[in-house]
Amino acid sequence: MSGGNGYLSPSGQEIVFVLTGLVILGAAVLCVTSRQLVHAALWLVVALGGLAVQYLLLTAEFVAWVQVLIYLGSVVVLLLFGLMLTKAPIGPSPEADGRNRPVALVVSLASAATLVTLVVDAFRTAWIDLETPHGTSDQIGDSLFRVWVLPFEALSVLLLAALVGAIVLSRRRGNAQGNGGS
Amino acid sequence: MHLVYPAVLSALLFSVGVYGVLARRNAILLLMSVELMLAAVSLNLVAFDVWLRDSVHSGQVFTLFLIALSAAEIGIGLAIVLLVYRDRGVSAVDRLTGLREGGGGGGDDQDPIEDDRSVTGTATEAATEAAPKSAPN
Repeated sequence: MSGGNGYLSPSGQEIVFVLTGLVILGAAVLCVTSRQLVHAALWLVVALGGLAVQYLLLTAEFVAWVQVLIYLGSVVVLLLFGLMLTKAPIGPSPEADGRNRPVALVVSLASAATLVTLVVDAFRTAWIDLETPHGTSDQIGDSLFRVWVLPFEALSVLLLAALVGAIVLSRRRGNAQGNGGS
Repeated sequence: MHLVYPAVLSALLFSVGVYGVLARRNAILLLMSVELMLAAVSLNLVAFDVWLRDSVHSGQVFTLFLIALSAAEIGIGLAIVLLVYRDRGVSAVDRLTGLREGGGGGGDDQDPIEDDRSVTGTATEAATEAAPKSAPN
């Protein structure tokens, strides 16, 4: 909203964006610090769902619904299956974090300070115009199948290769070497 | 909307993901942190695409590609993690020291197998199941 353009007079969209951003950051911090593995996966769901809300606020509705469908629908379910198949403990597992937590904290705080300083300094005077939607399904589908159709098809081949690779990797080749080799 | 809001949010989210990648030692939690970093990059792409009013929507299309790529990455990554777990009975990344210089097949740590069992909970049957297969190693 470029109507007010003031630091101290935020628009409604900015207020909602900041509140949702706080929820996302809290969920992300809990996701990387929680000692219960399944809880970490569920906090990841909260963070990614909040990101879908941010996409809706940025008028990118098609990306928002793809985020809900693919990330929340399949990626998190895959992660939960992975936790289940590696027999992750249900209760709190004190061994979820490594020994180098202070180093990780220092590195992430340094990168956060650097990136935030750089970004605030670079885009202090940039405003996003949200009056006309930019990213409806109509527009995205139009440019996806007009301009980006070749990368789209290459991506489908890559997904097929990933699927075949996952099947080959997870095939049980235990019993006989002859079966596993062929 | 001020462009600083989404940019700062994605920078902070990326830093949280960096912390997760460096601090976690369960491989699946590591994959979750990588997902957080990818989500931060996606938010940046969408915000800058809406800011620049790109006529071919390259930022949002890249975000769609990134979502599909992360689905593929999670599939392959989980397959590798499950394979390692089935062979070694370990899902902690700092126990996988088989390729370490001077380690000699992961025996550099003081208590490789016993500590692995305490890490992964009830991994004993998987370890015994994988025991005859890990003989060539």
